Amino acid sequence: SLSCQAHTPPAFPLPHSNSIHLLLHQAKHTLALSSPMAVAIAEAPFHVLAVDDSVLDRKLIERLLKTSSFQVTTVDSGTKALEFLGLHDEDASISSVHQDVEVNVNLIITDYCMPGMTGYDLLKKIKESSSFRDIPVVIMSSENIPSRINRCLEEGANEFFLKPVRLSDMSKLKPHIMKSRCKEHCHQDEDLLSNSETNPTNNSSSSSDTITISSSNPTDNSSGDTISSSNPTDNSSG
Amino acid sequence: MAAAALRAQLNALLANMFTTGMVDEQFQQLQSLQEDGGSASGFVAEVATLFIDDADRIIADIAALLDQPVVDFDKVDAHVHQLKGSSSSVGAQKVKLACMHFRQFYEAKSKEGCLMALALVRSEFCDVRNKFQTMMQLEQ
Repeated sequence: SLSCQAHTPPAFPLPHSNSIHLLLHQAKHTLALSSPMAVAIAEAPFHVLAVDDSVLDRKLIERLLKTSSFQVTTVDSGTKALEFLGLHDEDASISSVHQDVEVNVNLIITDYCMPGMTGYDLLKKIKESSSFRDIPVVIMSSENIPSRINRCLEEGANEFFLKPVRLSDMSKLKPHIMKSRCKEHCHQDEDLLSNSETNPTNNSSSSSDTITISSSNPTDNSSGDTISSSNPTDNSSG
Repeated sequence: MAAAALRAQLNALLANMFTTGMVDEQFQQLQSLQEDGGSASGFVAEVATLFIDDADRIIADIAALLDQPVVDFDKVDAHVHQLKGSSSSVGAQKVKLACMHFRQFYEAKSKEGCLMALALVRSEFCDVRNKFQTMMQLEQ
């Protein structure tokens, strides 16, 4: 399961009991609450993993995402995307540098046409993975081919953007993220309710939604880190 | 005084690029992303430079492919596709159109047609490259 790396540790230690977790969980969903605790509960910026073999398009999507207050990581291939997520083919002998780091990605946006692993191949791998299949995936393509679009949507893509991607397209991303988090919350609520009869256990490790008490300003673009793992000369045509 | 004159020159250059159709609203989008300020300053110059380097390389690669005794038209296709993508992303409309015009010739596997189409792409690219370079000089 995913674990959120909070930018700062909670300001006060939260008791790890089910009832407190549910209470805070409900508090976050009740927008009308004006208590200091509800106001202080802010979420870290959503983290988007962008995949594109074109260095120009990577630069563009990074700028669009940062302007829209997302934290961005860009990679230049589907293979690198899987490595970043910590997913490997069974027969691969690559050991991930991210083995001990839990990666929290809220959405993946990928180009369709890439040499080697296409965006469609990447989509399939993600949807086949039990850890990552709930992460929304958006496909980008310079070509408007209905059969291609349908194929992607059938495989589980949440959205299809025609290139060049515009700033207005960015507003379509958050709803997909919120929907997938709602799904996660529903699963967690069910788990918590069914566990409430047993001994209360420390649930923080199974929660993918660490309650972060932070003062992160959603419009602070400079807080985003970009891990650009691309080789600057790697722009070979497919 | 000099700064104002340079600013006026830059604005005239940009207006000209739009009215002649050399750049389209995607380029305008890039400009507005830069106006976001702070970390975004220099964004347009960065993207323009990436485009120029990319296109230079691709055009040279296509020329080399067309120079072969047996032309690999699939590779020509892939290169033109890539250039079309870059020009579309940066808003270089005339280059993008020239790439779209190119398609019929590599699909027909016509070397002569491809050479003509490449000449057009190169010509449009040279025009926009010059304008981009002037723009970047004026911006500094």
